[in-house]
Amino acid sequence: MSLVTRVRLSRFWPMLWKEFVQMRRDRLTLGMMTMLPAVQLMLFGYAIQTDVRHLPTVVLDESRTADSRRLIGVIANTGNFQIVGEVASREALRAEIMASRASAALVIPPDYARDLRAGRTATAQMIVDAADPQSSSAAMSGAQLAAAALATQIVTERAALVPPLEMRVRPWFNPAQRSAIFIVPGVIGVLLTITLTLITSTAIVRERERGTLEQLVVTPIGKTSLMLGKLVPFMLVGYVQMTVVLGLGKLIFRIPTEGSIPMLYLLALPFMFASLGVGLLISTVARSQAQAMQLSFFFMLPNILLSGYIFPRVAMPEPAQWIGLVLPLTYFLKVLRGILLKGVVFTDVWQPTVSMIVIATVLLAVSVRRFRKTIE
Amino acid sequence: MTVTPAGPSGAPAVVTRALRKEFGASVAVEGLDLTINRGEVFGLLGPNGSGKTTTIRMLCALMAPTSGSAEVVGLDIEHQGERVRERIGYMSQRYGLYDDLTVYENLRFYSTVYGLHGDARAKRLAEHIHTLGLDDRINQLAGTLSGGWKQRLALACATAHSPEMLFLDEPTAGVDPAARRDFWKSIYDLAAAGTTILVTTHYMDEAERCQRLAFLSRGHLIALGTPKEITTQFGATSIEDVFIELQRRDEGVRV
Ligand SMILES: Nc1ncnc2c1ncn2[C@@H]1O[C@H](COP(=O)(O)OP(=O)(O)OP(=O)(O)O)[C@@H](O)[C@H]1O
Ligand SMILES: [Mg+2]
Repeated sequence: MSLVTRVRLSRFWPMLWKEFVQMRRDRLTLGMMTMLPAVQLMLFGYAIQTDVRHLPTVVLDESRTADSRRLIGVIANTGNFQIVGEVASREALRAEIMASRASAALVIPPDYARDLRAGRTATAQMIVDAADPQSSSAAMSGAQLAAAALATQIVTERAALVPPLEMRVRPWFNPAQRSAIFIVPGVIGVLLTITLTLITSTAIVRERERGTLEQLVVTPIGKTSLMLGKLVPFMLVGYVQMTVVLGLGKLIFRIPTEGSIPMLYLLALPFMFASLGVGLLISTVARSQAQAMQLSFFFMLPNILLSGYIFPRVAMPEPAQWIGLVLPLTYFLKVLRGILLKGVVFTDVWQPTVSMIVIATVLLAVSVRRFRKTIE
Repeated sequence: MTVTPAGPSGAPAVVTRALRKEFGASVAVEGLDLTINRGEVFGLLGPNGSGKTTTIRMLCALMAPTSGSAEVVGLDIEHQGERVRERIGYMSQRYGLYDDLTVYENLRFYSTVYGLHGDARAKRLAEHIHTLGLDDRINQLAGTLSGGWKQRLALACATAHSPEMLFLDEPTAGVDPAARRDFWKSIYDLAAAGTTILVTTHYMDEAERCQRLAFLSRGHLIALGTPKEITTQFGATSIEDVFIELQRRDEGVRV
């Protein structure tokens, strides 16, 4: 090794040492660096399970016989469906699916048992809510497989000549099962989450870094108008983004807009407040813009994976589902898909709306308090 | 300590009583009793970390004192913080300018935040830009200004609302001698117009220009008076000698 390279290399060690010392000082980044791979692995591992289990399902049993109960039992035993209740009418069934209390419905017509006994092909229907990725084709084929298995049993029991049983699958709201239809509305929610947390947190941290925040606080502007002045512009940006995605989605992907758009814009409000709250909270923790950015992306991860944006929440193990329950996006996705694809009215989405309002209130209360302290 | 008479317009500009600020276990300002008269140019001196910025931040109602009390322009800083802020100007060590706004936009923003609008604002802005010699640079981004111009703009922003009392925290750090001289001329102009000024500095020639001085050392007030009084009190020939003597004693205690 020549002298020159040795000299150059000797500079490398102090550099390395300095980097590690800095890294050790920067607890947040250190934590993120060690936690991130672990969390990412857990999230992806948990979330990506194509096997849809426990799809909440209601039953409309108009046959009310031992035969129909047998079919229900077989469907329940697949594990893909979890029977969450019985409904008495088609209207009630529709209401359950509209309100997202059920993602599937098994309909057994009145003449099911009679047809079966008479040696004709009895039909049953499995309705799935295809506006929701939960009802993946896996669930639908699960239902058909279960019915086929039952049919084979019946054939051997009764030596039937015609296929005794047919399960008709009806994907509602998204009959062609185009993934764009459930992804595009979700894009609105994901985009708003990114914009509102990332831009809000970095913008506030930037003001703190440059000393302009202190300068603002010493003016008579007041903490409330300071915060509003900081947050409202981003909310307007959010509405512009939402409009652009809606427009493009309609133009390019032919996304339906079944429900009321004004209602969608109104119900986006608690969601935006919640996201702004997260952004504000990040700004009180992060000491630099880079940290604010890292934290915002860290927050994005569970949102993309666990909210039901891409992967069905019912397919996830319970701990992953619990995390999803505290993410505002989980609820906003229900509102988005409900209004755009299913044409739901407010009474169908009041539950996710209330959840969003609760989350937004808690987040804002905590972050505003913390923020006030930092500018004291 | 010297008893100072109230200024011409009644209450003194600043009165502090046993003002104290703790950060966790350390004390940044301790038992500070200070009176600053209206129209005075008052210098706050002290080595790094002696509590100058902390004192100013409390007087600007930016942070609450741990104990003690203070009145600024006759208002209690803890309970009337909002009203205090309307009547004071503050130029921080970091200037607080928006680098991505132009000179004019910075001025316009701060004067609006201070409640000016319409014709009054336009008139005040034009006046300000002219007196500070910023005419040629109104459309330049603040971030691209040199140190001296940044300082001038920061002063313009802090005085957009013609405050009664002005706090300047190391306003001339990192600025060339000519710009410093111009800056002090602006300070005297403001004082002549009746503005009370509290200024911190590490430049001893600037300290000599103040009407009265206070020396802080590790949070304590250790000397107060006119530059002349202080130099004679310490048997020194200049403020610089006093400063070095005080700093030496301070170090002595620390060891
Ligand atoms: N926010 C804070 N948290 C903890 N300690 C602080 C904080 N602000 C200031 N201090 C400490 O209080 C003491 C006084 O600091 P201050 O900034 O008031 O000094 P200063 O006289 O303005 O110094 P300089 O001449 O360097 O500007 C220092 O020891 C400093 O470390
Ligand atoms: Mg300071």
